[in-house]
Amino acid sequence: MITFQEITDIVTSQFPEYAISPDTKNLQPALIVPAQGIAAICRFLHEDERCYFDYLACITAIDHGVAADTMELIYNLTSIPYGSDLALKTVFARNTAEGTLPSVPTVSHIWRTADWHEREAFDLMGITFDGHPDLRRILLPEDWEGHPLRKDYNAQERYHGIYVRYEDGKVLEPSSDPDRV
Amino acid sequence: MSERIKTGDGGIILTNAEDLMNWARLSSLWPMGFGLACCAIEMMATYAANYDLERFGIMPRPSPRQSDVMIVAGTVTFKMADRIRRLYEQMPEPRYVISMGSCSNCGGPYWEHGYHVVKGVDRIIPVDVYVPGCPPRPEALIGGFMKLQEKIRGKQEAAPQLFLEMEAAGQQAVLS
Repeated sequence: MITFQEITDIVTSQFPEYAISPDTKNLQPALIVPAQGIAAICRFLHEDERCYFDYLACITAIDHGVAADTMELIYNLTSIPYGSDLALKTVFARNTAEGTLPSVPTVSHIWRTADWHEREAFDLMGITFDGHPDLRRILLPEDWEGHPLRKDYNAQERYHGIYVRYEDGKVLEPSSDPDRV
Repeated sequence: MSERIKTGDGGIILTNAEDLMNWARLSSLWPMGFGLACCAIEMMATYAANYDLERFGIMPRPSPRQSDVMIVAGTVTFKMADRIRRLYEQMPEPRYVISMGSCSNCGGPYWEHGYHVVKGVDRIIPVDVYVPGCPPRPEALIGGFMKLQEKIRGKQEAAPQLFLEMEAAGQQAVLS
């Protein structure tokens, strides 16, 4: 089975243009890669016959909070024929300089399963995926406001006239929403 | 009670139409067959052989058009709220609602941090009976049905009076 060190050597020699560093502090070693290179590196890991990571087990998104002002994505890859695993991590700013949501290249064209994983990361964490074929919300209703698992999230006051917070009670004043009278 | 041999002769029951209607209603409460979360598992157990809701004339219907009572069994999310309201509106009157379990009673464990949970189904539709529990045992749900039957039994059919009042109010509104 291919070792983590071998994978690190293969990837770093293949992509000299990206700052790729191994992280072996924890039980599960991970490759830290830059966000803009994620699609190219994933495609290589998927297609190279020494690696052949044919299965994307999971995409995890983490918000490090307003103070750190970073977010993180973790890709857990598995090679079913080789029985090897690899974690890719990428850290990027919570918002772009213009104040819009961060954008990371999609990997949904490499693994179909990434399609829904990325939609979930978009829905709950507000990470957009460049080149995603259908980046809609997956769990929350289409007209929900905000991305609830971001650390600075504040729930909207009401949804379709219903108060969202418990303490706002159930007595409704007439809604100002013109769609629901 | 002494044993009697049925002869086929007709007997006589004296009652009034209101009580007869109420008796008919409370003896065949057909719930809408739908569940939202873990409470629905207990609800299914209540329908099934061990607790056998059918001995009370309660059997789930596949359509809101055929249903008398809606058991809101589980967590009501905001995404589901519109659908529940629509389903309730599709039920013919008289219609009843049993709120089953903490989540649909008041938001349950999601009351504080559950941004996605409606904090009580009574914020979207009127509720007749609340069944506490997380989830309530089948006995508790049966208790809820007993309570609902009690409520229907004691009901003085208010509709004609209410209708007259509404009509009068409407006339007033038109005149003024």
